[in-house]
Amino acid sequence: MDGGATLTTMTASLIRAVDPAFLGIVLISLKVTLTAVGCAGLVGFPLGAALALGRFPGRSLLIVVTNAFMGLPPVVAGLAVFLLLSRSGPFGGLGLLFTPGAMMVAQFVLVLPIIVALTRQTIEDLWLEYRDQLTSMGADRLRAIPTLLWDARFSLVTTLLAGLGRASAEVGAILIVGGNIAGFTRTMTTAIALETSKGDLPLALGLGAVLMSLTFAINGLAYAVSRLGARYAG
Amino acid sequence: MRETTSILPLTLADVTWAVDGRTLLTVAAAEIHKGRRTVVLGPNGAGKTLFLKLCHGLIRPTAGRVAFSGSGGDARAPKRHAMVFQKPVMLRRSVQGNLRHALGLAGVGFFDRRRQVPAILAEFGLAELAGRPARVLSGGEQQRLAIARAAAVRPELLFLDEPASALDPTATRQIEELLLRLHGEGLTWVMTTHDLAQARRLADDVLFFHGGRLLEAAPAATFFTAPRTEEARAFLESRLFW
Repeated sequence: MDGGATLTTMTASLIRAVDPAFLGIVLISLKVTLTAVGCAGLVGFPLGAALALGRFPGRSLLIVVTNAFMGLPPVVAGLAVFLLLSRSGPFGGLGLLFTPGAMMVAQFVLVLPIIVALTRQTIEDLWLEYRDQLTSMGADRLRAIPTLLWDARFSLVTTLLAGLGRASAEVGAILIVGGNIAGFTRTMTTAIALETSKGDLPLALGLGAVLMSLTFAINGLAYAVSRLGARYAG
Repeated sequence: MRETTSILPLTLADVTWAVDGRTLLTVAAAEIHKGRRTVVLGPNGAGKTLFLKLCHGLIRPTAGRVAFSGSGGDARAPKRHAMVFQKPVMLRRSVQGNLRHALGLAGVGFFDRRRQVPAILAEFGLAELAGRPARVLSGGEQQRLAIARAAAVRPELLFLDEPASALDPTATRQIEELLLRLHGEGLTWVMTTHDLAQARRLADDVLFFHGGRLLEAAPAATFFTAPRTEEARAFLESRLFW
């Protein structure tokens, strides 16, 4: 209890101070993570559904690879994106390295396999139930994808949250490609890593508390919305 | 507007359907005629559902021929036959959302869909349920929506798999009245049932299945008074075991 009370006091004093730098860190974190997860959802949902319903050579291999990439170490993803975006890399001309954009790319790469793999499983299960009905009504596999994605929407919220959890907790990849530049690419997780190694534990703990609170808030909200919707739509 | 050439009669000849070498359905010869109410009768596991799926094209015969007459025989032709499943899948949307979706799959344009749905809701007594989520409807209401959804695309032939097997007597009567009305309006339908009384009430023609084989195909009057096979006699006397 004592630790909890101390944490609350520290968080409160942190927020009372309303350090603009601190606020900036939170905002950058949110911007990077939400953009990366949003884009991964836009790409990953249809891709996962296509993988669920598609019939092509190499499909099984692709499923195994996607599942395996759910466990891709962030630092490895960071390194790969770093090489791609570095001055002499193939996308060096974009000038993205050490910008929030680079961090979004890195988190997108980390989150996409999770969303594709979980969506694939969800849609494949749903297809078993819907197959005869949709085929009877004239839908081929391609046309069934939007119907299945929409009917799986409440399960897919959880998929998105899994992606969000991966992205918001991650530090290795964005540290490598973002550079942890104060006021520009410093996020909550990279700041925590930095402050801890500097010995500024109260600040690190405060940031950790804010990060946890935000995660709880987002998950709580998503759960409530999805439960309400599921109850309404059956 | 609609094509005038009929897809009926539907003819099955020497049809078998097998999985891993095990033959699950055998139909030597059967015809579905325009304007006739065909009831597919038989105990559980007789092959009734398989027969409907074969006719509807959801499964392909291992051997033999399932052929519609005219353009209906062309697999690319827009489907002029629809099916209501024993456990229809209600999409996680409203009642009218389900209807719009079905019309959309049948190629009806966005604005036409919006225009047609209220009329369909009224026709099937679903107007008051229009905005309700389909999955929370009662069994009878869901079955009515399932029939409305299948009939909304104006098929010439409708397959119904045990449409009233899970319903109470009132809901069953509503469904039967609905089917008789649709028949009166020119829809030909084929329905499966294991309910003898229902078959007597509704059938013009009877196809009797047992053990994965079509054993008898006859006008209802003939079948109920003078069944040719021992299995049919046993079934009519409710002493058929399988």
